[in-house]
Amino acid sequence: MTTARIDARFAKLKAENRAGFVPYVMTGDPSRDEALEILKGLPAAGADLIELGLAFSDPMAEGPPIQRAALRGLKAGMTLRGTLDLVADFRKTDQDTPLILMGYLNPVESYGYEAFARDAAEAGVDGIIVVDCPPEEAGPLSAALDAAEVSLIRLATPTSDDDRLKVIAEGTSGFVYYVSVAGVTGVKEAVAAEVAPAVERVRRASGLPVAVGFGVRTPERAAEIARVADAVVAGSVFVNEVAAALEANEPAVPRVLAKVKALSDAVKAARASAPQNSDFLAETV
Amino acid sequence: MPQTVPQTVNALSNSYAWPDAEGRFGPYGGRFVPETLMPLIHELDAAYKAAKADPSFQAELDGYLEHYVGRASPLYFAERLTEHFGGAKIWLKREDLNHTGAHKINNCMGQILLARRMGKTRIIAETGAGQHGVASATVCARFGLPCTVYMGAVDVARQQPNVFRMKLLGAEVSAVTAGAATLKDAMNEAMRDWVTNVADTYYIIGTAAGPAPYPAMVRDFQSVIGKEIKAQAQRQIGRLPDAVMACIGGGSNAIGAMHPFIEDEGVRLIGVEAAGHGLDTPDHAASLKGGRSGVLHGNRTYLLQDADGQILEGHSISAGLDYPGVGPEHAWLHDLGRGEYLSTTDDEALEAFQTLCKLEGIIPALESSHALARAGDVARELGKGGDLVIVLSGRGDKDINTVAQHLGVEL
Repeated sequence: MTTARIDARFAKLKAENRAGFVPYVMTGDPSRDEALEILKGLPAAGADLIELGLAFSDPMAEGPPIQRAALRGLKAGMTLRGTLDLVADFRKTDQDTPLILMGYLNPVESYGYEAFARDAAEAGVDGIIVVDCPPEEAGPLSAALDAAEVSLIRLATPTSDDDRLKVIAEGTSGFVYYVSVAGVTGVKEAVAAEVAPAVERVRRASGLPVAVGFGVRTPERAAEIARVADAVVAGSVFVNEVAAALEANEPAVPRVLAKVKALSDAVKAARASAPQNSDFLAETV
Repeated sequence: MPQTVPQTVNALSNSYAWPDAEGRFGPYGGRFVPETLMPLIHELDAAYKAAKADPSFQAELDGYLEHYVGRASPLYFAERLTEHFGGAKIWLKREDLNHTGAHKINNCMGQILLARRMGKTRIIAETGAGQHGVASATVCARFGLPCTVYMGAVDVARQQPNVFRMKLLGAEVSAVTAGAATLKDAMNEAMRDWVTNVADTYYIIGTAAGPAPYPAMVRDFQSVIGKEIKAQAQRQIGRLPDAVMACIGGGSNAIGAMHPFIEDEGVRLIGVEAAGHGLDTPDHAASLKGGRSGVLHGNRTYLLQDADGQILEGHSISAGLDYPGVGPEHAWLHDLGRGEYLSTTDDEALEAFQTLCKLEGIIPALESSHALARAGDVARELGKGGDLVIVLSGRGDKDINTVAQHLGVEL
């Protein structure tokens, strides 16, 4: 399979000796047009990779912010097909930034694994994270994605011991997503001191770059994680900006992109300014 | 027993060994949960296997089922109901007479003993009608474990007596406002709690659905219903019944009643889904007859969903049946043709509810009333020489307000 765009991006990050920043935004949130504007603006705001959330009615690993974002996306009429079209439109303006979908299995299963893999590849999707599809259940989906050269990105978590990491690492490509807290998105805070050894274990087991997400909401926290991970993912903080913009009757796009820039700036500056002192890893919020 | 059997009804005999090692019933079942939960799912699977193989576990469970739950429940010959329909003899399996008033306690007792065995110190559960919540709160009180019950806010409003019961029993009832605020959303929220509190928390799922090993485990704990029916039928009828029928939401009372009979080819196994306002409307909860295969809440099964794979809200007058999925073993028995699946509308259930009150002096749960509503059809089909067992899964005291409201009576 080809993971060309993902591999090239992580190689570039390594050469620059910095962590990548991966903003997560929800498809169709708050509307298709605005979601497309957000996607188009992300690379300039500092996104090294992009995670695009697939809207699902029952997102069992999401906290309230992303649950609400998914409902907004669905209300705006977004479907899986519509999301692939959105990605295709984004690809007209950006050929280099890897784009990873993140969602739940049922809409993909409903679409059909082969059809989905083919259409996702055609739209310019580089990978997909399926939250409720562990390795034990991923065989048929993985085969379809392999055939279409789309990466199935796996999740590792604080509950993954070394034996489990072997299961997770087998057959994965691109990078591994480390879920830094046991819990749903956007509730608990990641603790860099706990994340560092976990990232190292996942790197060793998989031989792949490790992106860390769940529990990263502030520039300070993003910077801390950036010192120990290959990439930092944040999402709830951005969909919350959409919600706040709607509430204030303001345009959502600039608010989201400004927040993305704040976190990505912190990630980019993190290693340059890092004191090699563990005090820095202490809680800052 | 072999782990794979040919997928024909005839081949079922003496060879039904589902689920397989992956927790699958044919294409259904499985373990579709976030990675955080996978190690726990494997731990639970191993713990349940060990408990199942340990005679002292079964002995402990049997003791509580007899002396605390009040088992065995009677197999009662409903003489006037039989006369009313003029067909096969109708027998009611009286799960309504269990402690807490429904079959749910059978499963809760099994799972709380397992949770204790695993050293878990906190219990969570989801509930629709409140029956499983009450049963969970009950066993938690009995064993002194803190209990949080997730319940959709809409269900909290329409099942106030059960909410109060749970609180009396010391449980915390957490009203879920996400989505349509009913059972499916309560289950999402319970999963979110579980994924957040992985170390100390045991999740008592109330129906024979969810990630493996739950569907098989809940079935096993509920199979006490079918095993008793089998023994009682031999004693009271002198043979096996011609049909065993039960209502289906997730389908735990039905699978518990059916499973011991799966290899008895002469016994028809009939599940009755909630047709709500009718299968030709969007407002029903009949996943098997009105849905298609998909993945939700940890398993692959029949689901109510739209063309994009978004899950739809089930509707039923019964809060215990308005779930958009069904246990994966029912999905498999449906495809195999071993299970027959019928449906009952809200109005038919209300009528059956009143019929049983008047003819037998038994107030059935609205859930059970869905099975009772098909009694006439099936009894007449079986004919006078036949014997039909219907599981009366729960008592209807909790539904008095709902029924009064639908009959236009102010209480």
